[in-house]
Amino acid sequence: MTAATTQAATAAERTPAVAAHDVRVVLGGSTILRGVDLEVAEGEIVALLGANGSGKSTLVRALVGAVPVDSGTVTLLGTPLGRAVAWDRIGYVPQRTSAATGVPATAAEVVASGLLHGRRLRPPRDAHRRVHDALDSLGLDHHADRPVRELSGGQQQRVLIARALVREPDLLVLDEPVAGVDLPSQQAFATTLAGLADRGTTVLVVLHELGALAPLVRRAVVLRHGAVVHDGAPPRPTHEHGGDEHDHVHPHDDDPAMTPPTTGLRWEP
Amino acid sequence: MILDELVGMLTDPLMQRALVAALLVGLAAPVMGTYLVQRKLSLLGDGIGHVALTGVALGWLVGNATGLVEGALAVPGAVVAAVIGAIAIELVRERGRTSGDVALALLFYGGIAGGVLLISLAGGTNANLMAYLFGSISTVSGADLWLTVVLASVVLVVGVGLRSALFAVCHDEEFARAAGLPVRALNIAIAVIAALTVTVAMRVVGLLLVSALMIVPVAVAQLVSSSFRRTMSLAMVVGVTVCLAGLSVTYWQDMSPGATIVVLAIGVYALVAALRPLLRRSRPHDPHPHLPDDVRVVA
Repeated sequence: MTAATTQAATAAERTPAVAAHDVRVVLGGSTILRGVDLEVAEGEIVALLGANGSGKSTLVRALVGAVPVDSGTVTLLGTPLGRAVAWDRIGYVPQRTSAATGVPATAAEVVASGLLHGRRLRPPRDAHRRVHDALDSLGLDHHADRPVRELSGGQQQRVLIARALVREPDLLVLDEPVAGVDLPSQQAFATTLAGLADRGTTVLVVLHELGALAPLVRRAVVLRHGAVVHDGAPPRPTHEHGGDEHDHVHPHDDDPAMTPPTTGLRWEP
Repeated sequence: MILDELVGMLTDPLMQRALVAALLVGLAAPVMGTYLVQRKLSLLGDGIGHVALTGVALGWLVGNATGLVEGALAVPGAVVAAVIGAIAIELVRERGRTSGDVALALLFYGGIAGGVLLISLAGGTNANLMAYLFGSISTVSGADLWLTVVLASVVLVVGVGLRSALFAVCHDEEFARAAGLPVRALNIAIAVIAALTVTVAMRVVGLLLVSALMIVPVAVAQLVSSSFRRTMSLAMVVGVTVCLAGLSVTYWQDMSPGATIVVLAIGVYALVAALRPLLRRSRPHDPHPHLPDDVRVVA
């Protein structure tokens, strides 16, 4: 723990990648978040945990400006939330929506939209190469020209991750990136995230359970009823999750499901 | 013989203007339609069209009051009303998704009723409105044509030039917001160019069939293409083809150009839908994702 503390202390001297103070979010008349403080140092990997409806998705959506903050302050990479933020250095992966749009779009087209930001409304010259590199890093390059709606759920999720990675972000914010994702995609994602961590990318990831990402996450923030109830080392799962009667829906390090496929019980139908 | 007829058509100044207008509308309407279909707002064009009718009548009223030529302000009136209506719909949509449907319905009824009411106040008859409801491409004047050229160019420059950004916003608004894209400005841009498209297409197919020209070519393109970019290009090809072909038919046969164009477009849709299995057979693919088995299966 001392090593981690020292590391955190040195990191905190620099500008934090994410700094939220006393954030309050009201949606449709109900207070979803109250008094949330969250600081993520550069290069840190932080998991945001909590039960369904605890406000963890709303928190990340508020942090990236997708939902309005009622009161409090949010600073991203040293700049207060707004047009001046270096959006090209931030990658966001929203929760996968099943709603297919009316017009077909290929994986490459969806990923290319990740190259745009407040100061760039047209794709750059090297867009083609960068899109294919991003897809390739998630093992999807051979699906580049296929319509996204024909891909599996896990592949669609990887396309969304590629869309966030294509701009080579310094700060990556992910909302339940492995929920409902097939095992190969989970493994590919864990590998990708480890690579990003090595390069010093800051990662804030909303998770239902640590699952395959457990080895990477040193700090977890737990939300309950819209407030932070824990900030520190990842907490142990509650009894129900650890018990024999619990139906595992996630692979562990030591789970046979993690070592090459074809064995073990999997949950995706 | 056929060649003589064709030369006759192409040298007729009335027909020349009509053909240029049809070409521009055939290009511009599907561009806008692609974004609307992607957003699942296929009926937005109809809503704007109904509001534009009130604008036509309002233009008529103002034109009469100021002593201009009858109907001279009808098209500018339609442009203004359509732009205001489109922005209003966009703002309602942005506030809350649930009320958008009702707001659209209110615009439908209010637009038609307001148009009929105002035209009678202006001393006109419903017959005056018919030209706008069902199109009157054969009466396109030189000034009309210039307005069409300008408006269609704006639609094409914005719709094609900003395709990536508009795609990003239509595809995933939350992501676009989180990417720092000017989401509201882009949404309003879509609303405004949708309104311009409606008023451009009004002369060719009429306000009641405007939406068909925006949506049907996209529906055809969607059947055979797998990317957004190709859907848009193909829809433009279909749009131009049916507009020019439909208009040419009415040069020899006395039929309503607008209705002919739309029926032709729907015919193309039916044909492509019927031929689709044949077109797709050349590219076989397994719809199941290629993933390892969940369980051990003894083969």
